[in-house]
Amino acid sequence: MLKGRHLIDPMDFTLMELDEIFDYADEIIKSPEKFSHICDGKILATLFYEPSTRTRLSFEAAMLRLGGQVLGFSEANSSSAAKGESVADTIKTVECYADIAAMRHPKEGAPKVASMHSTMPVINAGDGGHQHPTQTLTDLLTIRNIKGTLSNLTIGICGDLKFGRTVHSLIKAMSRYENIKFILISPNELTIPKYIKVEVLEKNNIEFLEVERLEEVMQDLDILYMTRVQKERFFNEEDYIRLKDSYILDKEKMEKAKKDMIVLHPLPRVNEIAVEIDTDPRACYFKQAKYGMYARMALIAKLLGVDK
Amino acid sequence: MVTINSIKRGIVIDHIKAGVGIKIFNYLGLDNADFTVALIMNAPSKKLGKKDIIKIENEIDIDFTVLGFIDPNITINIISGEEIENKVKLNLPEKIENVIKCNNPRCITSIEQEILHSFYLANKEKGQYRCIYCDEVNNPTSKS
Repeated sequence: MLKGRHLIDPMDFTLMELDEIFDYADEIIKSPEKFSHICDGKILATLFYEPSTRTRLSFEAAMLRLGGQVLGFSEANSSSAAKGESVADTIKTVECYADIAAMRHPKEGAPKVASMHSTMPVINAGDGGHQHPTQTLTDLLTIRNIKGTLSNLTIGICGDLKFGRTVHSLIKAMSRYENIKFILISPNELTIPKYIKVEVLEKNNIEFLEVERLEEVMQDLDILYMTRVQKERFFNEEDYIRLKDSYILDKEKMEKAKKDMIVLHPLPRVNEIAVEIDTDPRACYFKQAKYGMYARMALIAKLLGVDK
Repeated sequence: MVTINSIKRGIVIDHIKAGVGIKIFNYLGLDNADFTVALIMNAPSKKLGKKDIIKIENEIDIDFTVLGFIDPNITINIISGEEIENKVKLNLPEKIENVIKCNNPRCITSIEQEILHSFYLANKEKGQYRCIYCDEVNNPTSKS
């Protein structure tokens, strides 16, 4: 039963509950017009204490396409937080006006605090470097729809694996499915944190390989999940110059990839995927953004209990 | 060696890791006690090499859960009629509240004062606790 629940951590839902959301998202994708009024009279509050245009627009589009309405703020300066109001007080006030809330906050755990003081469902729309569960739902729904399965996959994750919260959540979430293998591609300075290796990968006997160069493993991947490597994350200029091109996906690297491999990216991209790739049918990152909206539509409907 | 008399009725907290005794002493508020209390530091110990001991000549309510978090190897002897009436074995508690503060500067608890500081036992072997809000590891050694 998902009605009335919060979504704070990507692992809050069981695999069965995730399937329930994805099945519902598939129904919406098939005939969106059937769902365009299921949230009539309902209000989503988007409480964004830091700017995040794409995530906020995705939530708002999701609610509007379900027939609901949206209110909220898009930065802390335009909210009562600027006057020193606590997260607990804000959510207790907002629940007088809205039926469900999506919260983005620079401090880790803020949406959890909100959920502890709220009788309406609270969705974590990203809390600092901690969690971003609706991005994980987006990633899983995209993979499930394009690859047709969430099992038996070799997933390459490339870029900043140390600080990337979407990457950590994706590894945790995918580790629950059968026969998943990870190939982790990053400079030595930005490898996956030890706790993910020990507490997630090794604990669940998940096969994984760590490499420094993307070109070496392209042919093995079913999915390539790209993230951005920022120059300032490297410890020295020399390593940056030596490795920077390894983390840029271009036509030459794509030639080595399987015909049915897919490229995903949480967006926004800067230069890590060459624009020339956009026309390659394997480039699925814009489709992924669309799946993100459908995932949020299904999630909102399920948490509000308005699903038919 | 310093000799401290045995107590008639009260509590002996033994096998405290050397140096930690003063923290427990303060945590239990024994600095304001109006009954006899002894804090023995660096006593020789076969098991630990050196240990701290606290002797309390009174019956007081102690939160054993918190002591288990501070150091699960501590032993507690309840004394009655100058004899050990009961030995309490400590375990790492599953949850601790308002004993330590999260040391993650990015955690919501770092800016909002009224939030309950709460931690769950994440790894029993390592005695590792994580903040329920940000999941950051906070070990007993990082006690504030």
